Amino acid sequence: MRILYFSWIKDGIGKSQEDIDLTGNIKNIADLINFLSEINNDYNKVFSDLSSIRFSKNMNLVNIEENIKNEDEIAFFPPMTGG
Amino acid sequence: MIKVQTANFSLEEEVKTMLKKNDNVGAISSFIGIVRNKAKEKDLISMTLEHYPGMTEKMLKKIENEALSRWRLLDSLIIHRHGELFPGENIVLVITLSKHRKDAINSCHFLIDWLKTKGPFWKFEKTKNSGHWVEALDSDNLEEQKWNI
Repeated sequence: MRILYFSWIKDGIGKSQEDIDLTGNIKNIADLINFLSEINNDYNKVFSDLSSIRFSKNMNLVNIEENIKNEDEIAFFPPMTGG
Repeated sequence: MIKVQTANFSLEEEVKTMLKKNDNVGAISSFIGIVRNKAKEKDLISMTLEHYPGMTEKMLKKIENEALSRWRLLDSLIIHRHGELFPGENIVLVITLSKHRKDAINSCHFLIDWLKTKGPFWKFEKTKNSGHWVEALDSDNLEEQKWNI
């Protein structure tokens, strides 16, 4: 699975993207966040306040219960500030 | 039409091009967003716009189609820049063309309100001794919500 990070989330984790192999117990975005939060303190800190994080699956905005597969592209970013 | 680019744009040139392509235009509405020279009362050095290539174009196309279905438009254009921009530089351009004024004005307003809260862009403001990511404003969210997208 490809995971993309933007804005301060990218800065906090120290990378803009990474590829991981999904294990069987990661079924949805919430599971993925739990998995990532255990990697190290940087991830843990970034994902400590989910109210300021949005998620997309294959470039569509989704909610935290969205089911995910290994072929999906998931992105994490703060609320958008275009215009 | 949607364009996501680093290059600058010209309102005059874009309007000229659109008028050549369309017949019976009675109204043109446009909006340009530019980089302010202050960030939280400090002098701004630059603003860097990051975006999500692919998703940006997809979402902008979707909202342009929404505008075309809500109003009687002859044509529309959204140009959004990314990369490092300096005070006074253009960020975004929205142009809508219609036969009558209300369709052009309201759709232009709708598109820019949507871009403020749903366009997948993130802004980093650099000032003399520091820098910060711009946070989304509640007031922008309220403006966007009134359109019931």
